[in-house]
Amino acid sequence: MLEINPRNALQWSRFGSRAIFGQAIFSLAEKKKNLMVLSADLGKSSGLTRFIKSYPDNYLNVGISEQNMIGMAAGIAREGFVVFATSFAPFLSMRSSEQIRMNMGYMNANVKAVALGSGVAMSFLGNSHYGIEDASIMRSIPNLTVVSPADCTEIVKTVFAAADHEGPMYIRLTGETNNPLVYKEDYNFEIGKAITLREGSEITIVANGTMVYHSLEAAKLLESEGISSKVVNMHTIKPLDISIIDKAIESSKLIVSVEEHSIIGGLGGAIAEYKAQFQNVPPQLTIGLPDRFGKVGEHSYLLDKYGLTAKKISDSITKRYRDLS
Amino acid sequence: MNVKEMKTKAKKIRRKILDVTYSCNSSVHIGGALSMVDIMATLYGDVLKYQPKNPEWEDRDRFILSKGHCAVGLYGTLFESGIISEEVYLTFQKNGSDLTAHPVMNIPLGIESSNGSLGQGLSMGVGLAIAARIKKKKHKIYILLGNGECNEGSVWEAIMSASSFKLDNLIAIVDNNGFQNEMEPSQEILDTSDFEDKWKSFGWNVCSVDGHNISELYKAFIEFNVKNKPKVIIAHTLKGKGVTFMENNNEWHHNRLTKEKYKQALKELGEI
Repeated sequence: MLEINPRNALQWSRFGSRAIFGQAIFSLAEKKKNLMVLSADLGKSSGLTRFIKSYPDNYLNVGISEQNMIGMAAGIAREGFVVFATSFAPFLSMRSSEQIRMNMGYMNANVKAVALGSGVAMSFLGNSHYGIEDASIMRSIPNLTVVSPADCTEIVKTVFAAADHEGPMYIRLTGETNNPLVYKEDYNFEIGKAITLREGSEITIVANGTMVYHSLEAAKLLESEGISSKVVNMHTIKPLDISIIDKAIESSKLIVSVEEHSIIGGLGGAIAEYKAQFQNVPPQLTIGLPDRFGKVGEHSYLLDKYGLTAKKISDSITKRYRDLS
Repeated sequence: MNVKEMKTKAKKIRRKILDVTYSCNSSVHIGGALSMVDIMATLYGDVLKYQPKNPEWEDRDRFILSKGHCAVGLYGTLFESGIISEEVYLTFQKNGSDLTAHPVMNIPLGIESSNGSLGQGLSMGVGLAIAARIKKKKHKIYILLGNGECNEGSVWEAIMSASSFKLDNLIAIVDNNGFQNEMEPSQEILDTSDFEDKWKSFGWNVCSVDGHNISELYKAFIEFNVKNKPKVIIAHTLKGKGVTFMENNNEWHHNRLTKEKYKQALKELGEI
C-alpha cells in the first residue's frame, strides 16, 4: 500500500482525486492478482495511465457504454474477480442506474463503481458532467454501500478497503487537483464507521467529500465567535453510522450536514430520515448544492456561489444557531 | 440425448408450463415461454454441460435467460432436466417463492442470473465470457434474448462489445417470435428488418434457423463455429407454439389459463 505521510499527502492533494485513484489502483494491483478495472473510455481521466501500461491484462476499455460496462463488470466479478468500473458521476449513476440496480443491487455483484468528478468539480464542463444527484440515487438501491472520501489520502484508504470489502460499492470522488488536505498521517479507516475529527459541545457538523475540509475550517471560525462545534467525517453515506447521529441528538443543539451534493437525498437526507423517527431532537441545517441547474464556472467559484466555503458555512451555521436561542 | 428424445423433452416442458400456468391461477407470460421451448429442450437436452445434482459445478456452461419474463419456460426446463424438484416447481408465482415471474439468481436451483429488466443479460454474458477466457476455462456462455428485447439500446452495446472482444465462447440465441408486449407484430412497432444483417454487420457469426426444428437447432449450436467470433442463433419461432389458439395471438403474451382453455391446450399437446 502507498505510504501515508505528510509529504505524500501533500503531493497527492496537488495531483487531485482522479490521479490518486489511479495511483491507488496501481498500488493495489501489486497485491491483488484478481483485480480487474473497467472504464467507459475514461481510463486516462481516471488516472489509470500507469496502471494500464503496467497491467494491460487487468484493464478493459469497454468503450463509451456505461450500461454494458456494469453488466460486464458483474459478469467478471461473479467469476471471482474484484472489479472497479469507472466513469463520470452522472453517466455512471444515471445512465447505468438500472444496470447498477439489477447487477450490483439485486445480484450483489462485487463491483466497485467509481464516480469521477462528482459534485461540481467538473467546472466548465457544466451541469451535464456534475454529480448533483448521484448519492441520492445510489443510496436508495438495496445492498449498495456508498462512500465519498474526504481527501486524496482517504481515496487511497477507500480503494484498499473496497478491494477487501465483499459486495457492491459506489465510490463518489469529489474535488479536483489541489484537493484540500484533511489527513496527513495514516489513520484507521473502516467502511461504515464515521470519524470524529474535532470535538465540540454545541453543534455537530457532519460532512463528507470535499466538505470535510471546509467544515473543519468553518469550525475554527465558529470557535472564534465563541461557538463550539464537533466535526464528523461521514465518509460512508450508506450504511450511515447512526451512533454518531445518536450522540449528536443527545448532546448538540444543532446538527448540520454539509455536502457537495444536492440538498435532496444525500447525506443531509440520510441524517434527516434517521432523525425523523425521534421526538424532541435538535433541528438540522442542511447545507449542500441547491435543487437547480445553475450557471457554470470554476470549482472554487461554484463552492463560493453555493455557500460551500468555510466562511459561508460558518456564516450559515452562526445565523441558524443564533436564531435558535 | 438424441433428437427424438429432445423432442419428447420439449413436449414434456410444454406440458409442465401449461400445468403450472393453470395451477398458479394467475397471469403468466406463456406465449414467449412456449416459443422458446424447443431451444431450451435442445440446450438442456444435449448442448449445455451441467450436472443436475450439482448445479454449482464450476465448469458448467452458463445459461442466462435475458428475456426474463419467460421464466416459466426456464423453470419447466430445469424441472425436466432434474435440477429443480416438483415441490419447488409448484411454488411458481406463489407468495414468497423462489420461482417468480422473472428469474431471481439462485445457482443451487440452476438460475444463473436475475433478469426481468430487458436488455441486460448479454452484457453480463460478455463479462462471463471474458472472465472464462482470463481463467482459461473451457465452459461456454449461452444467452437467450427475445426479439422485442432487441429494441433496447443496451443490447447493441453488448453486441458490439462481444465481437470487439472476439468472444467465441459466447453464444446468443434470439427467440424471434415476431411479437412483443403490445398486440401488433414487432415489425409494426419498431422496424427491425434485416435483423440477421444487423448482427452480421456488428461482427457476429450468424445462424438463422427454424426455432422449432430441433435438428436444425442442434446443428446450429454444435457446428458453424468461427474462431474469434461470437455466434448468434436467430431462431424463428411461433409465439404460443404448440397450442393453436395461442399461436401468433398476442392475447397470450401474458394471460391466465382457465380450466376450459387448459383442457383444450392439453388435448392439442396430446399424449407424451
